[in-house]
Amino acid sequence: MADPLLEIRNLKIEVTIRPPGEKPHDITIVKGIDLDLARGKVLGLIGESGAGKSTIGLSPAGYGRGGVRITGGEVKVNGRDILQLSKGALRNVRGREVCYVAQSAAAAFNPAHRLMDQVIESTLFHGLASRSEAVARAVKLFRKLGLPDPENFGQRYPHQVSGGQLQRAMTAMALCPEPDLIIFDEPTTALDVTTQIEVLAAIKDAIQDTGVGALYITHDLAVVAQVSDEIMVLRNGELVEYGETRQIIEDPQEEYTKALVSVRSINHQAKAPEEAPILSVRNITAAYNKSADPVLKDISVELSPGQTLAVVGESGSGKSTLARVITGLLPPKVGQIDFAGRTLPRALKQRTKDDLRELQMIYQMADVAMNPRHTVGTIIGRPLEFYFGLKGKAKRERVNELLDKIEMGEGFIDRYPAELSGGQKQRVCIARALAAKPKLIICDEVTSALDPLVADGILKLLLKLQEIENVAYLFITHDLATVKAIADSIAVMYQGELVRYGPREQVLSPPFDDYTDLLLASVPQMRVGWLEEALANRRMASQGN
Amino acid sequence: MKYLRTIPITALLGTALTGMFLFAAIFAPWIAPYGMSEVVGDMWEPSSAQFLLGTDNLGRDLLSRMIYGAQTTILIASLATLLAFTMGSVLGILAAVLGGWMDQVMSRGVDILMSIPTLIFALVVLSVMPSTMLVLILVMGILDSTRVYRISRAVAVDVNVQDFVEVARLRGEGNSWIVFREILPNALSPLVAELGLRFIFAVLFLSSLSFLGLGVQPPEADWGSMVRENRQGIVFGVPAALIPAGAIALLAISVNLVADWILRRTTDLKGGRGG
Repeated sequence: MADPLLEIRNLKIEVTIRPPGEKPHDITIVKGIDLDLARGKVLGLIGESGAGKSTIGLSPAGYGRGGVRITGGEVKVNGRDILQLSKGALRNVRGREVCYVAQSAAAAFNPAHRLMDQVIESTLFHGLASRSEAVARAVKLFRKLGLPDPENFGQRYPHQVSGGQLQRAMTAMALCPEPDLIIFDEPTTALDVTTQIEVLAAIKDAIQDTGVGALYITHDLAVVAQVSDEIMVLRNGELVEYGETRQIIEDPQEEYTKALVSVRSINHQAKAPEEAPILSVRNITAAYNKSADPVLKDISVELSPGQTLAVVGESGSGKSTLARVITGLLPPKVGQIDFAGRTLPRALKQRTKDDLRELQMIYQMADVAMNPRHTVGTIIGRPLEFYFGLKGKAKRERVNELLDKIEMGEGFIDRYPAELSGGQKQRVCIARALAAKPKLIICDEVTSALDPLVADGILKLLLKLQEIENVAYLFITHDLATVKAIADSIAVMYQGELVRYGPREQVLSPPFDDYTDLLLASVPQMRVGWLEEALANRRMASQGN
Repeated sequence: MKYLRTIPITALLGTALTGMFLFAAIFAPWIAPYGMSEVVGDMWEPSSAQFLLGTDNLGRDLLSRMIYGAQTTILIASLATLLAFTMGSVLGILAAVLGGWMDQVMSRGVDILMSIPTLIFALVVLSVMPSTMLVLILVMGILDSTRVYRISRAVAVDVNVQDFVEVARLRGEGNSWIVFREILPNALSPLVAELGLRFIFAVLFLSSLSFLGLGVQPPEADWGSMVRENRQGIVFGVPAALIPAGAIALLAISVNLVADWILRRTTDLKGGRGG
């Protein structure tokens, strides 16, 4: 291997934490990592949250987020140790030799400036090209990244383009100064699967054409398998496994890597629908205000007791709106909802306490679904007190029983949400829903904010609880892997319409309608070369039409 | 003890000074060397061993009047602030929770109250009503509550859209649970910071009213009216008017130091404990 582009030796990174009421102390979040990256190669950094992957990824820019300090080791870019550079010299490296693509492009662009000005900003700042040259470069990149109308794309403001386009614009911004190294920090995580595949392809092409080296940070092994040459698996700031992409995917050595590769291996036998449904949604049409176009158009679905109906769709498909209509937060314009043998009043205010109790909801973001100023005991205990009048010791006992059910110990009862991990928070939310002894729980993207292994644990728990409590789930998700794992029946939604609905086996077997086909084909598979195949298939299909 | 060391020096200073003022206010009858309206010497005597701060325009001991003045000033200002906060924050959060026309009625009402300069409004009301302590507290409290209302409504609107409030609504909780248990604990840190600030404004407001002769009535002592009584002395080089004025400034600064520190501490705690 010729002169390596990036060389990291024994990197140690620390952060000072200041718990209130305690002495501030340092914890080491990256514990001695080595890595090498050659020009034109892509290294995937993979791990769950807290693995230190973003922290390592940002080190070539000499940057530590939120009080993070690099305390040991060397980080050499083009043979120079970044850690020894002065602030001025570091500024010359950033945005010139090393560029960064953030997870949320929507938050990374300044909404008040046109895209072009932001894309060429660092190129001009470093004096790498004149304005007209930089603009020409940017237009070329826009074209390469498959953005519509590349000549005029830069004249738009960030809010005028879609999320996927914005992410590609951000990639263009990183490529524009013609850097040697690009850091991609979860660039497709916030995107829908059908958009993700396009952005992935664009990024991969751009890397190959320009010969830039890249660090690709993600928690999704299937995604990183498509773009990277090598993969480094991290956990708790330590190296787990480091090797060629093909070896990691096909022949993982470590237990943890094996677990990551075989994630979503839940095998749930789909049940046939029963005669009397617990929930039947009939011809629902709903809109957010009187004059607006409906976000739900004539939706009818049914759900049997103790079963799971998965509602699948991309953002904007109306799947969360369906949940709001069922819970009564958004009264529908047309249609009715039958639940447990009675017709539910349309608005929340008209519903009885029993209507509310039997229909619970679990949210995507567990941290904002719990009051940060309440203890776990209060959070789970309140429904017990509110619906069943439990107080004092009886309430505490029941809370402990519920904590036991979600596989958490009694020790958690006096803790605050901020003291829990992401998975534990979601478990507490499940316990809160269960406390009401519901017949139906609406799960709104409950696993999408979690790491794959943690999400797996949550899904298994939900399935186990379904067996015990015979509760039905309306499972809203964009993730088809989850759907395959747990659903008994599936409803596919697109732009407010139900495109496909039926028992799981039927929905997931051909012949497919166009949209379901696209959706299924866009889910990244855990093997090398999937991206090329998927794109080739897509091209064939469009030629066939 | 360990904990004390983490408190910044400015906060310690603020706490000490505020503590001193509070001590003087609470134990006024025991620590004041003379009675509040007792004439003990000549007018505007300079400070001496007998009268530490000298005497005022009627020959009363200035130090004793300062101590009794602290009592009146701090009592009225605290009660008015307390009233402003209870009313302002509860109504503000309620407006955010209820929304719709109730919010409109309350918010526009507050807008109307706020569009009239407070001092002029207070002067008009107090020239009609008797200047008793109760009326003073009510007038100051209600006028100040409009400011608190605006802040707590703004904070509550943000908290109100959080998922945990929706969870409580879906559970069927009433407005009082949502206001007091879900939103108020999460709106507390900006409100506490505001509390310090509003208390100082209350002290200043009361002092202005007293200085204009519509606040605390003689022979009761309060710092504003003491400035008024002794203001003629300045012409003759007597500093008697400057002492209560200085006390007002010192109290304002020290309370502010404490409020600043509390604000910093509570924002550290944002998102719950141990975060």
